[in-house]
Amino acid sequence: MADRDRLTIELWILRYRPAQDEEPHFVSYTVTYTEEMSVLEALQSIKDEQDGSLSFRWSCRMAICGSCGMMIDGTPKLACSTFLRDLAPGPVKIAPLENFPIERDLVVTVADFVKKIESIYPFIMPKETKPVEAGEYLQTPAQMAAYEPFSDCINCMLCYAACPQFGANPDFIGPGAMALLQRYNGDSRDAGSRERLDLIHGEDGVWSCTAVGLCSEACPKLVDPANAVNQNKTNSAFDFFLRGLRKENHS
Amino acid sequence: MTRPPKRTIAPIFWLLFGAGGMLSALFGTGLVIVTGFLLPASPPSYQAAAAILHNPLAGLVALATIPLFFWHGAERLFLTLKDMRAGPRPLLALISYGAAAVGTLVTILLIFLMEFGS
Repeated sequence: MADRDRLTIELWILRYRPAQDEEPHFVSYTVTYTEEMSVLEALQSIKDEQDGSLSFRWSCRMAICGSCGMMIDGTPKLACSTFLRDLAPGPVKIAPLENFPIERDLVVTVADFVKKIESIYPFIMPKETKPVEAGEYLQTPAQMAAYEPFSDCINCMLCYAACPQFGANPDFIGPGAMALLQRYNGDSRDAGSRERLDLIHGEDGVWSCTAVGLCSEACPKLVDPANAVNQNKTNSAFDFFLRGLRKENHS
Repeated sequence: MTRPPKRTIAPIFWLLFGAGGMLSALFGTGLVIVTGFLLPASPPSYQAAAAILHNPLAGLVALATIPLFFWHGAERLFLTLKDMRAGPRPLLALISYGAAAVGTLVTILLIFLMEFGS
């Protein structure tokens, strides 16, 4: 193509600067782009060349850090793995992640999400701790396969932006935290399932989910959080009826 | 450590929903074809249809499928109404689960009468 380097596209970016703006509003920017240019690169070019005050989170540029999640034409996506060629001719609407409070421009507040992630004991709790000399906690490939997909989560929060039930009830623990919970509960080296399950038996736990499934569609790492939620609905439901039979080993 | 949150009774309705969903996935289509298309083409007499239910096994099958289909539908209805914010939650639960409960009771009563009545 002769004018390959002169392709342009219009981006409508939701701006909100708390000190200046009454409320969030769209601002139009036109960028020159090439075939291989991502939305993140477009934002960087705007910040470099047009408006240095534009704020957005990013780090790795290759879909492993989970920082640049945003709504692109209404769908939660990573800006670094979304390409302008697929959005042409535009204009493209870019907004901060849905269901989260806006901090500034495309930056949202993540404190609540981090608290949820921390709440589910996101670490292996072995039945008994061994001294280092006793060697590793061994695991077969099949045992690893049981939880491995859930360990691919990069905490990008796209699933939370996609989930209408999280939108309706911000206290819902949400798909990402449930995937992480399943990552540890499904690990053969872990013995903390009981403690984690006890956190999700309530209305704001696993039972806020109505199996919409958009979380798994939005996931850029194919983690399938909806599957994690569903497995734990089953676990929670059985526990509801069988809790009288379970052996309590709390001291 | 924080206190574990209060349990909800959602698992009861979810399991009924799941059981009904499983049955409707397995037999729903067949039932629609038989009762919706094949039987109306050459309708059997009431006596012939009722005679099927005199068989205890057929009675049990009807007892399992009909009420569980009700509970499956009730859960979907409840969640849809809740998401639409059609009213206060306890009222919506009462309407949807209540309808399934009434349907279940009527089904049990009718099948009981057919099995053991005259």
